[in-house]
Amino acid sequence: MALFSSSLSQIHFARRGLCAALLALAALPAAAQFRVEISGVGATQLPIAVVRFRDEDKTTQSVSSIIRADLERSGAFRIVDTQATSFDESARPEMAQWRSRAADALVGGSVSRLADGRYDVRFKLWDVVKGSELGGQSSAVEAGDLRLAAHRIADFIYEKLTGEKGVFSTRIAYVTRSGSRHTLRVADADGENGQVALNSGQPIISPAWSPNGKELAYVSFERQKAVVFVHNVASGERRPVADFRGSNSAPAWTPDGERLAVTLSREGGSQLYSIGKNGGEPRRLASSPAIDTEAEYSSDGRWIYFTSDRGGAPQIYRMAAGGGGAERVTFSGNYNISPALSPDGKTLAYVTRAGNAFRLAVLDLSTSGAQPQMITDTSDDEHPSFAPNGRLLIYATRAQGRTVLMTTTLDGKIKARLPSQTADLREPVWGPYGR
Amino acid sequence: MNTLHRHLLTAVAVASLAACSSVKLDDQAPVESRSGANAGTGSGSGAAGGAAGSSQTRVAPVDVTGTSNVNYSNLPRVVYFDFDSYVVKDDYRPVIEANAKALSTNRKMKMAVEGHTDDRGSSEYNLALGQRRAEAVVKSLTLLGADQTQLEAVSFGKERPAVQGENEEAWAKNRRAELASR
Repeated sequence: MALFSSSLSQIHFARRGLCAALLALAALPAAAQFRVEISGVGATQLPIAVVRFRDEDKTTQSVSSIIRADLERSGAFRIVDTQATSFDESARPEMAQWRSRAADALVGGSVSRLADGRYDVRFKLWDVVKGSELGGQSSAVEAGDLRLAAHRIADFIYEKLTGEKGVFSTRIAYVTRSGSRHTLRVADADGENGQVALNSGQPIISPAWSPNGKELAYVSFERQKAVVFVHNVASGERRPVADFRGSNSAPAWTPDGERLAVTLSREGGSQLYSIGKNGGEPRRLASSPAIDTEAEYSSDGRWIYFTSDRGGAPQIYRMAAGGGGAERVTFSGNYNISPALSPDGKTLAYVTRAGNAFRLAVLDLSTSGAQPQMITDTSDDEHPSFAPNGRLLIYATRAQGRTVLMTTTLDGKIKARLPSQTADLREPVWGPYGR
Repeated sequence: MNTLHRHLLTAVAVASLAACSSVKLDDQAPVESRSGANAGTGSGSGAAGGAAGSSQTRVAPVDVTGTSNVNYSNLPRVVYFDFDSYVVKDDYRPVIEANAKALSTNRKMKMAVEGHTDDRGSSEYNLALGQRRAEAVVKSLTLLGADQTQLEAVSFGKERPAVQGENEEAWAKNRRAELASR
């Protein structure tokens, strides 16, 4: 970021025109995909120009558009309009011209069809201010992975310019509900390329990615009660891991991916247990006369954060991962649920009730006595989940009578909606790095 | 673009059908599995095949629709609850008595008590609240002669509302426990 500090500025923008165009695109029939709308006010953003890649219009995907949308949604960039300009990675762009267009960084590239049917995707990133090259890459991918190639380029740019890892090539999982049809889906982090993992006539809730990103644990009601399954998304192979008397729910993976914390009612009440990833005999983690549920491990594996109403109303507590005594974490407000922990363990996101509204809040855990910040002004927020770089949250909320998915920066300033066609979208969860 | 989408949908549909034919919905089976290879070959080639079956992004669809098997008897079967409460009110004593009598008369009879909540708050916290309601009804039934082994308290939380709506009238109808024969 220091590279460009000289020309960074406070930029406020409202991209109504862009939103309208994107909405028009989203309204195309049979588009089982969603589009991004930016509805926030930007803070400090780096202006970047991403021109159309040479020959990208000969493929099924607009690689440069995907990169632009990724960077914009991150909240760290402002996109400089390049209209129809197009050049590839071998070009020598006139830097003075791009400086005059207020771009600090510039990206060009190409998409070439190879003899074996794959595509060679190349790009180069320039520092416009210094007039130097910042790097580039080439990769050969199948047509079906062109979006992934674009997301990886966005990741490269993001990391080069912010110093942090990008999350654009990661995946999300969520559940759609349309009438009595419930579907667990896996999509790219921008909501595109959604694929069905499970169709059911009964509800599905609480998906949780295994740390290696290969499996999803979730709760399915297909047996007329809540049962925890683990499901390999590539093969479709699935197994019930907690199907005891009563309800079985709220799976949370240990950071090593070997076990799951689950909420079971086999001994009465809703209590926390630990169970192997292939099932087996559960081990009780805590005993309380109250509801204990919604477990979440800290990524260092030391703590379990969870929701409990042991104090009379639901609050977030934490205890050592092996179980035992718990300490209360949230003190502000009388109804706090659904804890999500940032990967560095320093930020807690959760849902708080304020009057009749359920809003997303974040709490700085690294500063004692810190006050929570409410980062939305909607009233039915649910199920926050951190991106693996800890810079964005995905959550569900209600808009125009439907449940939709949103991403937001931790300060709440940049929000992107991942619209759908008809179904309600719920229970989003952001997958790990490493695809 | 529309044509492409149509191809994509076709590919997904084909893959879904493939899933239907190979997924067993037998509750006795501890593991339900299907061949991952089928998903790739079922989705064809070209752009559509790439999207649905490329090596790096493949998701194999599984279908478990049509497994519902709820059977309700002629007995009164719903108990409603106050907001944030799991106390079985005296108003519902006739419901509890009728079902407890049926259960104690026929010891082979089994019932699930399904707890439900209104739709405010998280899925999981509501699941736990519904579980509390179901367990309160089970306790009432056993106090009147039903046996623990005849009953299972389960919860659907807010996932299966009796009525839709974002008002107190709808919420009150959703805060309930249902007794279902199993």
